[in-house]
Amino acid sequence: MNSDNPPAHHDMGGVPRFMCEAVDVSPHELNDFDRDVDAVRGLLSAKKIMSVDELRRGIEAIPEAEYRRLSYYGRWIRSIADNLLLKRVFTEAELRAEMER
Amino acid sequence: MSFRAGEEVVVKNDWPETRGPAHIRTPHYVRGRRGRVVRRLGAFPNPEDLAFARPAAPRDLYHVSFAMRELWPEGGGDEVVVELYEHWLERP
Repeated sequence: MNSDNPPAHHDMGGVPRFMCEAVDVSPHELNDFDRDVDAVRGLLSAKKIMSVDELRRGIEAIPEAEYRRLSYYGRWIRSIADNLLLKRVFTEAELRAEMER
Repeated sequence: MSFRAGEEVVVKNDWPETRGPAHIRTPHYVRGRRGRVVRRLGAFPNPEDLAFARPAAPRDLYHVSFAMRELWPEGGGDEVVVELYEHWLERP
């Protein structure tokens, strides 16, 4: 690692924190939200609207505080929303209206 | 640039994420480090372009092996194998 350039917050491999802090490797059940997000992601790929590479780029662009607060699939849906806003699939007003329904 | 199995390489000490939006597959801990090509894995569309939905030319992907001690001073005698794209590799 170059000490002048600390790793981006998502670039966690080999970070000293994990020498002191155990990684949670316990199995966890997927909930309905997780499955829905995964299905939406699959549909967007199948319809060639958004690739996994774009999903990953969007996840890496989430500001650090929010990145740490969000669940695994929470990060996915945040990236999906950001990507679809960027691609003008829907507007922020339309997204807000849907969420408030 | 293409590389042969067994060849020594140095990973570019480049930090595109500090210059603006970027998506790269080269972990921070191998940048600037010296390793050895294990094998060529094939050519794949460059994910750095795919991530922005840009046209992505195929790039060779390699397994590159690093002595653990080269990456972390406290590392033991093991090796770490990382998948790296050709444009991140240079001859020492």
